[in-house]
Amino acid sequence: MQCLSFPLHPGNCTALCTTAVRVCSSPDAQNAFKVRISIKTALGDNAYAWDANEEYLFRAMVAFAMRRYSSKSTTQISNVLLCNVTDRVSFWFVVTDSSKNVTTVPGSEVEAAIRMNRNRINNAFLLSDKTLQFLKITSTLSPPVEPSTPVWIIVFGVVLCLIVAGIVFLIVSGIQKHKKKNKESTERENLEEKVEVTLENGIPCEALDLKAGHINGVFAAEDERFTSL
Amino acid sequence: MSQDLSATPETPKEDGRPEWDNKFQYILSCIGFAVGLGNVWRFPYLCQIHGGGVGSWMVSILVSLYYNTVLTWVMWYFINSFQEPLPWSVCPLNENRTGFNEECYESTAVNYFWYRKTLNITPDIAESGTFQWWLILCLAACWAIVYLCTIRGIETTGKAIYVTAIFPYLVLTIFLIQGLTLPGATEGLIYLFTPNLNTLKNPRVWLDAATQIFFSLSLAFGGLIAFASYNPTKNDCEKDAVTVAIVNSMTSLYASIPVFSVLGFKATTAYWDCLDRNIISIINEFDLPEESIMRQNYTSWISFLNSSYPEKIGGLNLKSCDLQEFLDQSVSGTGLAFIVFTQAIILMPGSQAWAILFFIMLFSLGLSSMFGNIEGVFTPLLELQIIPKSAPKELLSGIICLISFLIALCFTLRSGSYWIDIFDRYAGSVPLLVIAFFEVIGVVYIYKIKRFSEDVEWMTGRKLNLFWQITWRFISPLLLLIVFMAFVTLQMQKPPSYTAWNPKYEGFPMKEEKVYPPWVQAICVLLAALPCVCVPLVALFHLIKQKRRNKSPSFVPPEGFSCQGANSNSSHPKE
Repeated sequence: MQCLSFPLHPGNCTALCTTAVRVCSSPDAQNAFKVRISIKTALGDNAYAWDANEEYLFRAMVAFAMRRYSSKSTTQISNVLLCNVTDRVSFWFVVTDSSKNVTTVPGSEVEAAIRMNRNRINNAFLLSDKTLQFLKITSTLSPPVEPSTPVWIIVFGVVLCLIVAGIVFLIVSGIQKHKKKNKESTERENLEEKVEVTLENGIPCEALDLKAGHINGVFAAEDERFTSL
Repeated sequence: MSQDLSATPETPKEDGRPEWDNKFQYILSCIGFAVGLGNVWRFPYLCQIHGGGVGSWMVSILVSLYYNTVLTWVMWYFINSFQEPLPWSVCPLNENRTGFNEECYESTAVNYFWYRKTLNITPDIAESGTFQWWLILCLAACWAIVYLCTIRGIETTGKAIYVTAIFPYLVLTIFLIQGLTLPGATEGLIYLFTPNLNTLKNPRVWLDAATQIFFSLSLAFGGLIAFASYNPTKNDCEKDAVTVAIVNSMTSLYASIPVFSVLGFKATTAYWDCLDRNIISIINEFDLPEESIMRQNYTSWISFLNSSYPEKIGGLNLKSCDLQEFLDQSVSGTGLAFIVFTQAIILMPGSQAWAILFFIMLFSLGLSSMFGNIEGVFTPLLELQIIPKSAPKELLSGIICLISFLIALCFTLRSGSYWIDIFDRYAGSVPLLVIAFFEVIGVVYIYKIKRFSEDVEWMTGRKLNLFWQITWRFISPLLLLIVFMAFVTLQMQKPPSYTAWNPKYEGFPMKEEKVYPPWVQAICVLLAALPCVCVPLVALFHLIKQKRRNKSPSFVPPEGFSCQGANSNSSHPKE
């Protein structure tokens, strides 16, 4: 039995041994917790091996947690019993109370203590909530940070403003162009009305660029050609 | 008709049709919308007679309605891409913060964001649910953008097309380079290029290929006809048609490479996740040391354990992981872009930038197609002179966009995405085939291929190639007929079904197969039949009008003028 591997406190060895045997043979006892550790998943190449020293550290951390939680310094490392350590690495542990005739501490207390100090325990082993699992103790997850106005509404607002600005610009320029065209065509109509008398080939004379026209030499007014009055 | 045309001067009239700024704009627009048989100059008159115009117009309307809703989804994802972390990369927590939301955990965060946060989908098409206000906002923005770009017809779309047609190619290239570096990309490419001869025996496959190329080339929509009608009269339409068809097909092939690399990557990742979950369960159950079971020796371990401890293995409820299944699964559904690509984007460094780039690309791709759809609705209204010429174009396009927006609101219901699948499958397939068939028959046998060859020769300056003669006369109509028959036969064989997202389904996260209720099936038939029925109906209408006109000889047939809008100033001899 693994009982022999525990450094037994002189005087209580028989009682502790009995408890350990009881826990190890029926690990579903109410006050025992199963722990599962995944070192390789967490650390990859930097993974350390799980040996007796690590177990000692674990028991120390649990004792530390119990001390901090109940703020009485009666819990010793020897009060924490591990058993059924597998290659996985997983094991069961239970905390005994030496003052109360070597009974196990109620599971709720242990759970509360672990919860309170979860962060410290994780960090001692360089692990996280996922890789150092206490199977009965679920951890609360931190929700993602949500800004007060969802970001997408802001982006949507920007996009919509740009679109509306574009539409307004195009409509206004369209109306202006339309007005200009109307004004031009009414001007041309007025022009045509005024100079209707002086239309040459359907073109109002004033619109003609007289300088660009060709001067017909036959009709050019040279004073010598005409008889003087 | 051709004699009148040769007498027409080629200078544009003051109040006449708008013109493209340059040839490149036109080509780009068509590449954006994709051309084929429709690239014929001045076709509206014939379309009018044979009702194809009205049919095309109806198809354009139906497609515009649902197409812009896809753009709505793209826009929603785009505006959500500006956050760190991307909202589809993490699952939200459940109520007591002890774990993740169950629906999200069972499927993936990406699926959850798409089906729950975006669509908020119902498990059944009959349950409509309520309007999703965020989708309504995005829909309004999308229609506003479409209005902005089509406000003055091709004047504005011609400018916008430079960006919307070229930008996607840039982004596709970037994704191609990135996609090929992802693990599992080779699996995807092998999947793409490995021919599975068994699937070729399935007529459904051929039918889908035929309808896909139709939809891809955007034939029979009337939009291409509209675009082409803004060209100068002497235009080498043969070269244009071939160019755009080739570019369209090349683009499809080019785009499929990054898509399938990413597909392979996603399937491989899902497969690995599946294996890892199983491995963890086994290791925890049997308390084996870590990394004793790896992905490579998983199968041997499983067989060993199954033989030694079958009850324990059975009790674990391990899911069977099959890479082929994951590859097959990813391909289907309208959510392909929103699930496959978004998944891959999360894993790339700088995911916000990739996401923004990707969704802008999708948006421009969709927008340039929307231009064609809207032109397909807009131009016939002007041509058929239903709207007076003095009405400003801005008003007409505004009214079209507003009405479409209001009708498209029904796609923002919770069951909206099921309806879009229906529209896609029924309004966008059979009517196109029918209309295209009638267009070919109309040109070749009623207008007579001889006259048409002369027209084309006048436009392009060369004689019509024999290839076109053979295909237009025999091959195209025959193929269209066969595909149509095959489609109808297949539809009759089994009741049409769809896959629904149902969190309560026992096979969740697989989708549940359901059959359409009878009233939905009736709507499907209506959608497919309505545009097709226009062809004989309008032909009948014109026939009756013609008969009535022949009885009163003093009445001058106005059809001779209607297609010659630009010639309205020139005089015609009156009887």
